[in-house]
Amino acid sequence: MLANYEVSQAEKKFIGWHLLFAVIAVAIGSLFGPLQALEHAGLDLYPYLQPLFASYYQGLTLHGVLNALVFTTFFITGFLTLTTIYGLKRPLRYPKLNAVGFWMMVVGLVVTAIPTLLDQASVLYTFYPPMKAHWSFYLGLTLVVVGSWIEGWGFYFTYYAWRKENPGVRTPLTTFGGLITMVMWQFATLGVATEILTMLLPWSLGLIEGTDPQLARTYFWFTGHPLVYFWLLPAYVSWYGMLPKQAGGKLFSDSLARFAFWLFLLLSVPLGFHHQYVDPGVPAGWKFLHAVLTYSVFLPSMLTAFTVIASLEYAGRKRGGKGLLGWIRALPWADPVVSAQLLAGILFFFGGIGGITNASYNVNLVVHNTAWVPGHFHLTVASAVTLSFMGISYWLVPYLTGKKLGVSNKVANIQVWTWFVGMVIFSNAMHVVGLLGAPRRTPLGLAPYIPEEWSGHLLRVGIGGTIMFVGMYMYVYIVAKTAWAKNYEPVEIEVPLADSIHDPQETPDWLDKWVPWLIGTVALLLIAYGPQLFDQISNIALNAPGGKVW
Amino acid sequence: MTDKQSMHIDPYEKNWIRLSIGLLVVFATAVTVAGFAFGFQVPTPEDRVDPRTVATEGPWADPGLRELVPGKKYEAYILAQTWAFLPNEITVPVGAEVTFYVTSKDVQHGFKLQDTNINMQIVPGQVSKLTVTFDEPGVHNFICTEYCGAAHAIMFGTLTVE
Repeated sequence: MLANYEVSQAEKKFIGWHLLFAVIAVAIGSLFGPLQALEHAGLDLYPYLQPLFASYYQGLTLHGVLNALVFTTFFITGFLTLTTIYGLKRPLRYPKLNAVGFWMMVVGLVVTAIPTLLDQASVLYTFYPPMKAHWSFYLGLTLVVVGSWIEGWGFYFTYYAWRKENPGVRTPLTTFGGLITMVMWQFATLGVATEILTMLLPWSLGLIEGTDPQLARTYFWFTGHPLVYFWLLPAYVSWYGMLPKQAGGKLFSDSLARFAFWLFLLLSVPLGFHHQYVDPGVPAGWKFLHAVLTYSVFLPSMLTAFTVIASLEYAGRKRGGKGLLGWIRALPWADPVVSAQLLAGILFFFGGIGGITNASYNVNLVVHNTAWVPGHFHLTVASAVTLSFMGISYWLVPYLTGKKLGVSNKVANIQVWTWFVGMVIFSNAMHVVGLLGAPRRTPLGLAPYIPEEWSGHLLRVGIGGTIMFVGMYMYVYIVAKTAWAKNYEPVEIEVPLADSIHDPQETPDWLDKWVPWLIGTVALLLIAYGPQLFDQISNIALNAPGGKVW
Repeated sequence: MTDKQSMHIDPYEKNWIRLSIGLLVVFATAVTVAGFAFGFQVPTPEDRVDPRTVATEGPWADPGLRELVPGKKYEAYILAQTWAFLPNEITVPVGAEVTFYVTSKDVQHGFKLQDTNINMQIVPGQVSKLTVTFDEPGVHNFICTEYCGAAHAIMFGTLTVE
C-alpha cells in the first residue's frame, strides 16, 4: 500500500473511456427494445426503418449483443479497474497491459459492429450454428473477450505486487470480489473461445465445410450461464462493499461475503446443461446433475440476500428506523445511488424465484424457449445488474469527472423509478405470456397462431418496454449532461467503501487464499463437464453446412 | 490462524442458511420424484443423423404418422426445415400415445406442443424424442420456438385429437 496514493487523472480517464463505450453501446442497443416490445403489442415499426435496419432480427441481435455483451463488459472492466487500484491503494502494475486489453476490446467492438449493422450477422447474441454469420462477427467477439482477459491479467499482476508489499493483510473486499469476477470469467469463457476458434471461425472462413451444432451449444452454454454471474458479481461488489456505506451503515459480515464470492467462483461454471434441458444430445443424467449444481449456486445467492439485507437493516436502524419494517422507510431513498440498488435488489428477488423455476429440470419444459425466459433475464441482467450500474454511475461519473451530477437527485430518482415501473410491467407480462406458451425471439405480430388471450399481455409488453426506453434515455441524458458539462459545480467524491462490523483481519485465513479454491474449481469443472465434453468431442460430426437464413 | 480469527455467523444467519439448504433439498426432491416416479422426462440422446441426407434417406424422407397399435400407439416422424414442419397437420384418436421423433435438415428449430410437456430443441444431426398420451379431444399447435431465420414466426403445425 503506497502512502497517500490517489487515483490519478490519467487513471480516471482510462476508466472513463470504459464507461463511455459502455453507455454508447447501451444507448444504441436500447433503441431496439421498444421496437421489439411494440411489435409484440401489434405496432411493427421495422418496415419504416428500412433500408437502415433490415428486420426484427437484426434489431434483436443488436439489442442483445450491445446491451448484454458490450455494455456489460465495458462497464465491468472499467468499474473493476477502479475497485482494484482504489482498494489496493496502488496503481496498476502494468498500465500498458490494461490499455492493450481495453483497446483490443474497442477494436473487437468495431469489428463485430460492422457485419451486424450490415445485416450479415443477424444470428442473435447466442449465434447458434449452423446459422452462419460473417466471420468478422465471430472474430470481433473473440477480440472483446480476449481484451477483457488481458485487463483481468492486469488486475492479477497488480494484486500480486500488492500482496508482496502487504503480506498477511486481508485483500480489500471490493478488490477481492472484482478479482473473483475476472477469474471466474476466464474459466467460463474457455467454452465460447473453444467454440469460436475450433469451429465457427474456420467454418465461416470456408476452411471446413460444416459444423456440429450440438457440440457448439455445449461449448456456448459452458460460457452462457456463468456470463450471468460475470454481470452480476460486480453488482454484488457494490451491494456488499459500497451500498452499506451509501445507506449509512456497515457490512454485516465480511467473512460470509467472502465465502459467498468463493462459492460463486466454485459453482458459477459447472451448471451450463440447465440451459440444455431440452437438447437431444445431452444425456438426462448429466442434465439432472447440473440441475442439482444449479440449485447449489442458489446458496451463495441466499447468503448474499441475508448479508445485504442485514447490512441495510443495520443502516436503517442507525438512521432512526423503528419496528419490524420501519428501517426500510428510514433508508436514504432520496439518493438515486441507493434507490437504484434497492430497487435492483427487489426486482432480483423475483428474478431469483424465476431462476429456480428455470433450473428445475422438468418444470423447465413448460417455460423453455418461451417469452418467460427473456422476462426472467430482464430481471437479472436488465434489473439487478443494469439498474445497479445506473445507480453506480450516479457517483462514479461525478467521481471520474470531478463534476457534480448534471441533474438533481430528484430527477435521477425519477429515472430510476421509471426503469423500475417499466420493468415490472414488461417483465410480468413476458412471464405470463410465456407461461401461456408464447415463444421467445419471435415477432409475434406476424405469427399466425396467436390466441386472443395473449393480446392483453402483449399490449403490456409494449407499454412496459416503452416506459423502459424512456428510463434508459433519461439515464443516457444524465450521464452525458454530467460528463460534458461546460459550466459545472466541481465536486470531490470519495469512493464509497463500506466498513465491516467485524474487522476484516478477523476473517479466517482460508477465505483469503486462492490455491485451494482454484483447485476445487478445476476439479468440479472436470467432474461436471469432463466426461460429457470428452464424449461429445470424440463423437464430433462436422456435417451441418448451415448458412444465412435471414 | 490466530485466536481472533473466526467465521462470524450470526444465529439468525445460521437459521437462514439451514432454511436455504432445506428449501433446496425440497426442490431437488420434488424434481427427482416428478422425473423418476411420475415420468416427466426431458429429451435424451436418441440417434444421430446426417443433416445433409436426412430429408432423402431414412424415416424422415417420408415424414408423418406411423400407426403401431391402432387407436393406441403411434410414432410421429417430423422434419423441421426453414420455415415449416413436415407434416404440419397430424390427427390422432383420443387415448393415443404418440412418440415424436423430430430432426432438422438445415438450422436449429424448436418444437413446442402447446398445453403438453413436449418441448424440444431441434438440432441438425440429432433426433429429439419425447412421448405423450392424449386423453382429451382438442387441437394443439406445435410451434417453432427457436429463431430459425426470416420467416421463423410463421413456422407451426397443428395436431388434432379426435
